[in-house]
Amino acid sequence: MQQLITTVLTGLTLGAVYAAFALALVLIWRATRIVNFAQAPMAMITTYIALVLIDAGMSYWVGFAAALVSGLVLGALVERFVIRHLTGKSEINAVILTLGLFIVIHALAALIFGARYRSFPAPFGLRGFQVGDTTIALTGFGVFTILSVVGVMVLLVLLFRGTDVGLRMRASAFNQEMARLLGVRVGRMLTLGWALAAVVGSLSGLLIAGGGLVHPSYMDGVVVYGFVAAVLGGLDSPPGAVAGGVILGLSLSLVSGYVGSELVPLASLVILMAVLLVRPGGLFAQVRERRV
Amino acid sequence: MAAETGFEMSGVTVTFGGLVALSDVSLAVGPNQVLGVIGPNGAGKTTLFNVACGFVRPDEGRLRWRGTELRALRPHQLAGHGIARTLQDLGLFDRMTVLENVLVGATRHARTSFWSGLFALPRHGRDERALTERAMAMLDELGIADVARRPVASLPYPVRKRVALARALAGDPDLLLLDEPASGLSNDEMAEIGELIGRLTARMSVMLVEHHMDLVMSVCHDIVVLDFGKVIARGGPDEIREHPAVLDAYLGEDVG
Repeated sequence: MQQLITTVLTGLTLGAVYAAFALALVLIWRATRIVNFAQAPMAMITTYIALVLIDAGMSYWVGFAAALVSGLVLGALVERFVIRHLTGKSEINAVILTLGLFIVIHALAALIFGARYRSFPAPFGLRGFQVGDTTIALTGFGVFTILSVVGVMVLLVLLFRGTDVGLRMRASAFNQEMARLLGVRVGRMLTLGWALAAVVGSLSGLLIAGGGLVHPSYMDGVVVYGFVAAVLGGLDSPPGAVAGGVILGLSLSLVSGYVGSELVPLASLVILMAVLLVRPGGLFAQVRERRV
Repeated sequence: MAAETGFEMSGVTVTFGGLVALSDVSLAVGPNQVLGVIGPNGAGKTTLFNVACGFVRPDEGRLRWRGTELRALRPHQLAGHGIARTLQDLGLFDRMTVLENVLVGATRHARTSFWSGLFALPRHGRDERALTERAMAMLDELGIADVARRPVASLPYPVRKRVALARALAGDPDLLLLDEPASGLSNDEMAEIGELIGRLTARMSVMLVEHHMDLVMSVCHDIVVLDFGKVIARGGPDEIREHPAVLDAYLGEDVG
């Protein structure tokens, strides 16, 4: 029982991080039909910016805010000056370009910040809470992780469902041509979409780094898990991405706790294949009516 | 007065590769007038609309709207000029509700800036309420206010068609470009659309591409007939019905 609770709590925390990363991928996929593989190194570089500030003596929260803001700027710049040039060409060009960015940002990070492991602080405790005699596997930082991902979800829902800008962003994602005809500046909406996605990506980078080690490739595994989580949720749906993240976190935690941690990467690929074989539209795909 | 000159195209030529889609086409839509563009399939009607809305840049020719030339027109500027266009395939935002679809069309009238909208500043709330009222009024006019909160994907085609029209009208255009407004509609529904177009001329000019001759002949003040990218005839409904070149182009088809 004790082990099950521990496994589930670890899974939930992990799932929250995957959910955030999956959300970042889905936001871009919805708007531009591109899987942004550069999301991981973009998040990594913003975490390094936070680390530099924290190491210079500033508070964790200054570093935290700086990472999110630099994520916003980086996302906007990448869309406006790199991805925009490929408008009208096949999406595969952009996907390959994001793989190229992946390598370039990696190399730059190693040059600027060094390729060694550096420890990254956490703003809250990393020890499990004490309940009576037992310690449960939920840490202060774990609670922060879950709450911040829920907070981001709520903010995104408010933005997309409750504001005019959100409405225009959704219109641009559904049908660019029509949105333009109605006076929507689609280009701006895409820039904003990439910027927001990069902020969410940065958040997941900070959450993974907290209390652990950063290295130019510390986010690389998260791309795989985040992508699997996004596909689980159907790639097209932000709530699906979050659900996919949580399901993946729990499943992998169960595999790690009861089968063996060395099987976790394999398990994630098995889940990915199973979903693609059984429900290629994702777990939450609505059954489409057949056109006759 | 220059503002009274409406919409004009002069000498518009469009070629795709070696293929001439439009050749030296000129037309004009006066204020509160309905201009019909007809012609056999492949005559260039859709290309003509695509030029009018900025999707296609003509190789030659000019577009004038209320006396000013529309140079290098881009689609997103269209709404700002007071021109709206519907698409043949409707182009509805399927996963939005009817009201949300129409609200996108009404954003032309949003007075608040991008940034205040993003951070949902108080003024924005008032603005949004005004836009919602405008959108609801439009749905009411088209008789579909009762489905405002339904997702558009769940609605039958004739209702979806009205949603697309309501969305185009929500921007309060002065020129409405209607791409096959009657296709897929029953005779009764077509008659209703005809009536609606008649009512709209009180506040805007309309240019329409349409296959249903009954509708074209009943609502249009002027008609331009295209064939192989060229204007082969123009005039009022009665002239067009009798025009030999039109009868020729439509050989075997029922003209009115």
